[in-house]
Amino acid sequence: MQDYFLLIIAAMFVNNIVLIQFLGNCPLVGVTSSMESAFGMGAAVVFVTTLAGTSCWIVQRFVLEPLALEYLQTLVFILIIASLVQFVEIVLQKVAPPLYRTLGIFLPLITTNCMVFGAAILSIKHDYTFLQTLVFCLAAAVGFGLVLVFMAGLRERMEVSGRVPAALQGVPITMITAGMMGLSFAGLLGMAK
Amino acid sequence: MESVLTAVLTLGALAFAAGLLLSVAAKVFYVPVDPRVGQIGDLLPGANCGGCGFAGCLDLAGAIAGGQVPPNACRCASEEANRRIAALIGAALEEKEREVACIFCKGDAAHARRRFRYRGIADCRAAELVAGGDKACSYGCLGLGTCIQACIFGALKMGEDGLPVVNPDRCTACGACVRICPRHIPRLVPVSQKAIAFCTSHDPGKVVKEVCEVGCIACGLCKKVCPEKAIEIVSLLAVVDPAKCTGCGKCFEKCPTGIIRPPSGEAPVRQPAAA
Repeated sequence: MQDYFLLIIAAMFVNNIVLIQFLGNCPLVGVTSSMESAFGMGAAVVFVTTLAGTSCWIVQRFVLEPLALEYLQTLVFILIIASLVQFVEIVLQKVAPPLYRTLGIFLPLITTNCMVFGAAILSIKHDYTFLQTLVFCLAAAVGFGLVLVFMAGLRERMEVSGRVPAALQGVPITMITAGMMGLSFAGLLGMAK
Repeated sequence: MESVLTAVLTLGALAFAAGLLLSVAAKVFYVPVDPRVGQIGDLLPGANCGGCGFAGCLDLAGAIAGGQVPPNACRCASEEANRRIAALIGAALEEKEREVACIFCKGDAAHARRRFRYRGIADCRAAELVAGGDKACSYGCLGLGTCIQACIFGALKMGEDGLPVVNPDRCTACGACVRICPRHIPRLVPVSQKAIAFCTSHDPGKVVKEVCEVGCIACGLCKKVCPEKAIEIVSLLAVVDPAKCTGCGKCFEKCPTGIIRPPSGEAPVRQPAAA
């Protein structure tokens, strides 16, 4: 039990996927201009990463490893994630239209997000069991969503504060903020593996 | 050789399985979509301004196709586009006059008193929270330009007198400024309206006079002088009925504080009042 708790803390904060491992930096700047879109993206990422990570694990264990085809990992995982996202989109549109509208454009955006791919690769690299993979992907994605929401909150506050120098408004100050957030998360480094 | 074959076959099989899954899912979970929704969406401006009250242009297109709203529900679509949308869904088009936003306050720094100097966040909504704003008039424009930022069509800009100015050619009457202003000073008026009472103050005349030189003091002179009976005093504020107003201009001259003006907002030239 304690192992899983540590795994969650490590994946969410200590080895935060966007601020420490620098995966998925594009959405960190792209969709954090408003709290609403940051939240939508975060929710979609949590959903897709968990699904993609576990299905990649299954394919890795039961297809690639028995056939000694581990070197095809990258190609196969991309294939799985892309078709999985498409599949989820089709199913959601029919089964849960409100959820489909909420996740909206974020679902196709995630298809090519390296954060989803990174979580899948990392869980293979760490030799996780199925349950560990599930927990790891979920926690890493929640950590990602959390950072997006933090960032959106900070950006919204900065936008109305009117104190940002003209030359730094918009993306530049976002970059600086991201750096500062990265530094603060780096303070946790080494607390868990 | 064998390993290459295994790799090709495995990858091929996986891709085939994924493709099969997707095509089956597309059949099983097929959602019928009205083809007119896309066509209407193409005719709408695509600005996603939210002026219609829907989440975006495509959302409105769905509502138009479903018949929940009239075909000309979009405030910024051109008349041509509205006609084509109406033809597409086979509904009659109700003629609707174009509206423009109008800033209902003329209390600039030279004419309206301020109670204190506000140096906080440059946003009217924030200023309003600080003891009800720095303007002595509790109805007047705070002049920090929140409406200008809200306008995605660039129809508003800050005038030299510190009050926002509407460019009627760019304004689409989406209503973003109307909704964001904490004091509801931008309002939508028909584009043909010929006289506007540029004030929103419901304060009694005495109070208005204390805080602003260009406020409606509800004296009722405009109401008396109007030959068409187009002006009413509603809760101590002159309101012009655009349907009755002919733009004769008698009220422009009569208004003691000069706030009834043509839509351009320029103060009418006055003869010096006879003693």
